[in-house]
Amino acid sequence: MSAFNAIGESREIDRDEFTPGLEPQPTWCPGCGDFSVLKALKQALPEVGKSPDEVLTVTGIGCSGKLNSYLETYGFHTIHGRSLPVARAAKLANPGLEVIAAGGDGDGYGIGGNHFIHTARENHDMTYIVFNNEVFGLTKGQTSPTSPKGHKSKTQPTGSAKSPLRPLSLALTSGASYIARTAAVNPNQAKEIIKEAIEHDGFAHVDFLTQCPTWNKDARQYVPYVDIQESDDYEFDRTDRQEAAEMMYETESALYEGTVLTGRYYVDDRPTYAEEKIATGEMTDTPIVEQYFDDDREWERSYDLLDRHK
Amino acid sequence: MSDNELIWRVAGGSGDGIDSTSQNFAKALMRSGLDVFTHRHYPSRIRGGHTYVEIRAAPEEVQSRGDGYNFLLALGDSFARNADEAAVYGNEEIKPLSENLDELREGGVIVYDSGFVDEEDVAELNLEERAEENGWHVYPVDLRGLAKEHGREVMRNTAGVGVTASLLGMELDHIEELMEDAMPEKILEPNIEILHDAYELVSEEFEFDHELRVPEGDHDEEQALLSGSNAIAYGAIDAGCRFIAGYPMTPWTDVFTILSQNMSDIGGIAEQVEDEIAAAALALGASHAGAKAMSGSSGGGFALMSEPLGLAEMTETPIVLIEAMRAGPSTGLPTKPEQGDLEFVLYTSQGDSSRVVFAPGDIEEAYEQTRLAFHIAYEYQIPTIIVYDQKLGGENKNVPVSFFDREPDPSLGSTLTEAELEEAAHDASGKFHRFQHDPDNDAGVSPRSLPGQKGGRFLATGNEHSPGGHIEEDPTNRVIQMERRMEKLEHIREALDEDHPSNQTYYGDETADYGIITWGSSHGAVAEAVERLNEGGHSVKGVTVSDMMPFPETEMTEFLESVDEAMVVEMNASAQFRGLIQKELGRFGEKLTSLLKYNGNPFEPAEIVEGYELHLDGGDAEPTAQVRIEPAAGD
Repeated sequence: MSAFNAIGESREIDRDEFTPGLEPQPTWCPGCGDFSVLKALKQALPEVGKSPDEVLTVTGIGCSGKLNSYLETYGFHTIHGRSLPVARAAKLANPGLEVIAAGGDGDGYGIGGNHFIHTARENHDMTYIVFNNEVFGLTKGQTSPTSPKGHKSKTQPTGSAKSPLRPLSLALTSGASYIARTAAVNPNQAKEIIKEAIEHDGFAHVDFLTQCPTWNKDARQYVPYVDIQESDDYEFDRTDRQEAAEMMYETESALYEGTVLTGRYYVDDRPTYAEEKIATGEMTDTPIVEQYFDDDREWERSYDLLDRHK
Repeated sequence: MSDNELIWRVAGGSGDGIDSTSQNFAKALMRSGLDVFTHRHYPSRIRGGHTYVEIRAAPEEVQSRGDGYNFLLALGDSFARNADEAAVYGNEEIKPLSENLDELREGGVIVYDSGFVDEEDVAELNLEERAEENGWHVYPVDLRGLAKEHGREVMRNTAGVGVTASLLGMELDHIEELMEDAMPEKILEPNIEILHDAYELVSEEFEFDHELRVPEGDHDEEQALLSGSNAIAYGAIDAGCRFIAGYPMTPWTDVFTILSQNMSDIGGIAEQVEDEIAAAALALGASHAGAKAMSGSSGGGFALMSEPLGLAEMTETPIVLIEAMRAGPSTGLPTKPEQGDLEFVLYTSQGDSSRVVFAPGDIEEAYEQTRLAFHIAYEYQIPTIIVYDQKLGGENKNVPVSFFDREPDPSLGSTLTEAELEEAAHDASGKFHRFQHDPDNDAGVSPRSLPGQKGGRFLATGNEHSPGGHIEEDPTNRVIQMERRMEKLEHIREALDEDHPSNQTYYGDETADYGIITWGSSHGAVAEAVERLNEGGHSVKGVTVSDMMPFPETEMTEFLESVDEAMVVEMNASAQFRGLIQKELGRFGEKLTSLLKYNGNPFEPAEIVEGYELHLDGGDAEPTAQVRIEPAAGD
């Protein structure tokens, strides 16, 4: 018998279960796009059959890091930029957990950029939601890796000299196997994309445009938005790397010209990291956490490794 | 110093196979019944550069390198592969011979490869004259020619071992057995031929005029030859560690490699990741999920772990971190030992630190204290650090096989079952009170749940938090949580004080009123120095401290009250451990003199003996070794 009976339990799950019984006072401003991520998750999780006790939400630092304060799951609110390494190890140790990592654009594309590249490269079976508001919110409005060129802030008073980072393209080159962009103002699409991301076997990256009404006042509310799958103007094959790359490039450029393109950009069914590791013999398919609860397990001892030293 | 000992130094270039040759020779000596201890000296490069391994072998326990050595096998150095390279790098071939002469004891034996070095270069060394002066016995042998005759030039190491055995009157059977175990058939045969030819040739060609012979010894039970890095890795395995994440960095890489090579066979996971921040964060993630997990690094890499380390303290996530010190600051001397990271591991990361730090003094302690580190980390939900150095990690020593014959300890420590969670307190938001003082827990620990368990949801956060884990800035809650976390150290200290013997090692004359104090890997040299001083008519007691945090206040107070004066021996320039004693005890400053060494090489026993004598003398005489005496400065 498993020591983790919440995992894989089959029962009806109500979306209210994901709302804390006594909700902590939200620290998000009225009109903040972050509420939409929370709502989309609360809708998506029961629809994909996940219960609060089998989900681990791992967040970084910033407004987005508060996600797991308001979403009733197991949570680990880590440090700035480090949600991914914590999350992916938890998934390796207990593959039954539904692991969702989340953070802001500064967290994921700036300070945690290296982890983003490598977690995508390794294709861990998890979902990563980046709250992209093109600004540092909690520290009061500094320029972020996705701020448009020329963006003025207290730390770049004459306007940013840097071109913004291209998050979708970066995810693709790094090796993410599901890549999508959605926006806070598009709740139905957001829910559907998050459901797909959770159900995808591999590293699913969702760049979630979340407007910041406080520190990015001149920023768009990300309306009107275009769903590239719904629109007749955009034809491409999202299983084709080349075509996906071009569509991403166009989408990233268009955002700074006032056109908000969203939708699914890339999907690939390559094996997950755990599958690869099991295939090379680097790990077994028995979850390590279960071993600690197996009373019959014969634990290996260094005593049996001593032949090479005699 | 025992006269009945062999200290064999094999010198050559990096990449010339010095390591494997010496490892097999050390095992052969061990199998013949001797106790052995190895010391490795190497530069930070893949090929070339002067390197040597020293093997000290004696019928009784050896726990340190000796003072100097008595047998040199100079293999020549193959760094410059052709004339062009030689023009750039100079003549490296002579260096294994020329650079090792200063430390060779009187009456010592020299074997050099006359097939490799130029006789003119040898003449320039004034070797003959120096040999006469020092009573050295020199045997030039064409090792290269011997090797070429039967196989390839690289096999000259084997020829060197054959010559060594012959000169020392040592049987070849153990050496042969080991070669059979280690070598594929194709190269085994020529190597065996070379071994025997070299053995016979040297006894035919030379009349042995040296006295040195291999000592005779006998073991009561089977022995294993292993390094401090092996011991740490094996301690982790026996503690049930099944997750390791890391990034390569010398000298920590050894532990990381040994565990990575074993993890898949024992049902665990090893992850080499993008940097050390990720490495420590992965260990945290795995531990949070319910695995016994570790990470580690050396100085610069460990610096990157500061923030995850603080997160482990704040979220009370068990984790074991290994820090392999090397000489700093910055990149420093990458392959040389130093004990300069003590203050760094004690205090790095923001806020008041609440962590446990052990500094094992020898190979057995490295094993024991790694096991203990896991036990404490998981029982008390606190990060535990093993701080050691290139010296302890790289040196090999024989340990009775029976030492490892014990039960593994795979317990996850303070966790709750789903049935227990049903009974446990939850807050109105639905969170289990994971961070609430548990009055039933004598160790001051709040047992945790694991993600995926029914009814155990909580939020782990680096922010100050309420019992359920919600971010909370209320001053009263802050004080309660701070004190709950900090109190664990007191409980751990109490538990450690109840263990007998403690992690501190005492030696020398109990009644002495002069004390020598050291910590970590300087133990062996200090213990030997104390023994020599007492044999030489002095009265000295010694202690090697392993518990860095929480500090063994009672034990150290008792020790320092029992002496009039003490010398603190450590491998750093700023007397960090002496500073720790004064900080923790708040007195004894007037009693504490320091003996410091920071030239990249570990202490030799004679340097400590000399340091003691100079201190006792109280004169202005300077130490002959590259060490510094830092007088007591009060509190």
